[in-house]
Amino acid sequence: MSAVLEVKDLQIAFGGVKAVDGLSFEARENEIIAVIGPNGAGKTSAFNCITGFYKPTGGAISLNGKDITGKRPADIAAAGISRTFQNLRLFPDLTVLDNVRAGMHLYGGQNWADAIFHTPRFKRSEAHYTDEAHRWLDFVGYTGPRGVPIRNLAYGQQKQVEIARALARKSGVLLLDEPAAGLNYTEKQGLLSLCRRIRDLGTAIVLIEHDMGLVMELSERIVVMNFGHEIAEGTPAEVKANPAVIEAYLGKDEEVES
Amino acid sequence: MPRRTSPKRPTASVTATVCFADPKRILMVQVIWDGLFVGSFYALIALGYSMVYGIIKLLNFAHGDIYMLGAFIGFAALTSLGGIPATLSIGALLVVMLLSMVLTGGAGVLIERFAYRPLRGAPRLAVLITAVGVSFSLEYGIAAIAGPNPRAFPIRLEGNVFNIIGARISLPQIILILIAGVLMILLNFYVQKTSTGRAMRSISLDRNASLLMGINVNQVISRTFFIGSALAGAAGVMAGAYYGKIDFLMGFIIGLKAFTAAVIGGIGNIKGAMLGGLVLGFVEAFGSEWFGGQWRDVFAFAVLILFLTLRPTGILGERVTERV
Amino acid sequence: MTENVDTTLAPKKVGAPQSFLSRVFESRQLGWVALGIALLAPFVIATPYALNVMTTAAIFVLLASGLNIVVGYCGLLDLGYIAFMAVGAYTSGIIAKAFELPLVFTIPAVLVMTVLAGLIIGAPTLRLRSDYLAIVTLGFGEITRITANNLTITGGPSGIFGIPGLFEVGDFDSQEPAVFYYITVLVVAAFVLAAARLGKSRLGRAWRFVREDEDAAEAMGIHTYKVKLLAYIFGAIWGGFGGILFAAHLSAVSPQSFIFLQSALVLMAVVLGGMGNMRGVVIGALVISLLPELLRDLSDYRYLAFGLLLVVVMVFRPQGFWPARGYEPERRKMEKLDPALKGAS
Repeated sequence: MSAVLEVKDLQIAFGGVKAVDGLSFEARENEIIAVIGPNGAGKTSAFNCITGFYKPTGGAISLNGKDITGKRPADIAAAGISRTFQNLRLFPDLTVLDNVRAGMHLYGGQNWADAIFHTPRFKRSEAHYTDEAHRWLDFVGYTGPRGVPIRNLAYGQQKQVEIARALARKSGVLLLDEPAAGLNYTEKQGLLSLCRRIRDLGTAIVLIEHDMGLVMELSERIVVMNFGHEIAEGTPAEVKANPAVIEAYLGKDEEVES
Repeated sequence: MPRRTSPKRPTASVTATVCFADPKRILMVQVIWDGLFVGSFYALIALGYSMVYGIIKLLNFAHGDIYMLGAFIGFAALTSLGGIPATLSIGALLVVMLLSMVLTGGAGVLIERFAYRPLRGAPRLAVLITAVGVSFSLEYGIAAIAGPNPRAFPIRLEGNVFNIIGARISLPQIILILIAGVLMILLNFYVQKTSTGRAMRSISLDRNASLLMGINVNQVISRTFFIGSALAGAAGVMAGAYYGKIDFLMGFIIGLKAFTAAVIGGIGNIKGAMLGGLVLGFVEAFGSEWFGGQWRDVFAFAVLILFLTLRPTGILGERVTERV
Repeated sequence: MTENVDTTLAPKKVGAPQSFLSRVFESRQLGWVALGIALLAPFVIATPYALNVMTTAAIFVLLASGLNIVVGYCGLLDLGYIAFMAVGAYTSGIIAKAFELPLVFTIPAVLVMTVLAGLIIGAPTLRLRSDYLAIVTLGFGEITRITANNLTITGGPSGIFGIPGLFEVGDFDSQEPAVFYYITVLVVAAFVLAAARLGKSRLGRAWRFVREDEDAAEAMGIHTYKVKLLAYIFGAIWGGFGGILFAAHLSAVSPQSFIFLQSALVLMAVVLGGMGNMRGVVIGALVISLLPELLRDLSDYRYLAFGLLLVVVMVFRPQGFWPARGYEPERRKMEKLDPALKGAS
């Protein structure tokens, strides 16, 4: 198994605060890895660096062997990383289907002239967009209405749509930022099986998650961060036994919802 | 398309100082003095823009029209007073200016209460469009009441012209700069030393935290609007008395210029607004000196665009950490 | 899961609007009906004055549909939109007069100039925050007007007169008021249709994504800056064609026609009609341009009323009177995809 995403000694500082200081990990095809750590450990900042929303102040990120450090988000998405956001970032006034179509923007298949003259190419490509959108919604197990603005939907449904949108990008790496936050037990079980189905597509999944039960059950490897530093990396069993990890979480049991 | 019945927008209401008979005789000092004078006007209006922007991140598009409103209130008050002896004109002007400040301040508070407050938290586009609507309502409301044609201001400040190291400086100019200076010093004292000023500064840093600390956010925002609008109103009366003519579109270009000044200095920053006003005044004075007065506004907007593209935080603004 | 499950789950209560008015409004034939009415109008009233008013209204509809691309689809507030119309009108006027060409031959030049204008205005400003963008576009609008006012090639404050007509073939005179009205209506209808179709394409969706959440759009691989620039350029082209029609209609162009008031009126048409919804925008444009003709007596108060209306609409109904509907069919089979389904708006 080859490494798809490689992060080496990643650093980002805001003013004098080093939010991420020396994070290194790699994600391989067909693998789920988790980045965990107490709140404020720098996990989301690391995600924002990888996807280009922050410019890293040091280190290197490469995707399929190509350096993508410091590129703009759209280029990184085009290179093959898609993501979800910690707080839902959907397009609230657009329909569920349109939201998923956003992930397919890079498929192309039509230009503005096709759109104005409604060429056969345009119709084919629109039909393709719609079919694919339905397919991904089916894939994530979404059963809600699809032609209505998404802001009217339940939180769990919106989370599903956000994942469908990221999947529609069909990229090799999927970053999920707290996918289980706010979900109930049944929805979490659904998420568990969904993540495995995504992995079986050949995708490398990197997830940030606070739900330790889910993390331990799902991930093949775990990266632990604290105060911007990477304090441990290994299999769930190794991480559980690591004294540094225990120390970082000690006395913070209430944060570890399991 | 509706027929165009409105009178021509004045390209600049503040051009009088840069009309010279013979350009060769102009000295640098004159240009500097003109820049300082016009700049202090811009600064006075820019303050309102900047304060409001600083506290609720709203670009109060109608601010220039508050300046216009101030001029018309002054006009109405002076007209109803009847003939004023020339010797009393400074005193009358000060009284009318205070009245105008109170009324425009009140107008600012009302506008905030009924147009902007319901939209707090709404998308930025909606708030901006509302501000355009308020601006329109003020302009054409005044046009409907006072008529679309320019009005002559009842008193005209006149006085001796001094020759100071080659620059022609008139007494009214000195008086107006002094008034503007005093107002700005008072404002600075208010913001730096009083508890309301402290509350304003804390809200501009973090509104929710201020709310949690027990600051009456709505009240402070109202006061900010009052002060900003009152300053613009004062500037309106001063402009009326100095240039002698007012019309319902006089706030349009001035509003844009004041915004430019606020951006140059660093929007949200009170000292920056004062500095920006002066800088813009100089830039314009020198620009029209070199390129011709008809390009004056073009010059000002070019500076605005340049600043927004190259240094959107302005001269005194702090760097803001990027999004997400 | 099966298709059936999804269709039954489609909640009609969240779904498409039911009232008679909204059904008429959503009807697919509405565009054709409107075009029919516009074409039949001269049979009802054809005084030179009425034709003049209707032609101006049609041009105004074109402008509103162009601004809708920028403000409605893409969410960028442009307060100097009329500048693009100025660029179009002056370009075609100057060239047509200088070379004694019919105006249609100036179309390529107008395209080039408006695209350039869109790039010049958009490139430095589209990275800015939305409120800065608004004021910068306002500044650009003023710069354009002041420039036209001060240059000799544009004829200074008095502008250009005696601009040739659109075209002339034998005895057929395009400048005859009724003929010109029909030409205008057809051109405008084509542009409105094109704008509506753009709105329902991949590019149109990208515009909406940018409007709704720029960061999320960027994370989906959409170059937000390029997409915004494209919205600007399309808006500019629409404005430019409005300018050609305007120049042909009046056979004269002067800076007075491009004051801020005009930009504001076009914006009002877009906002009141319903940002992003081409049908609403067309109706908004007709209301804004025709209402003052019907309410002559109140002309002193009409801009005041427009201003207040703008505030009231934003406070109580920010999506406009006829907002974009935001619904689409729940499920659609491939074979059901006929052209009419997504077509003529």
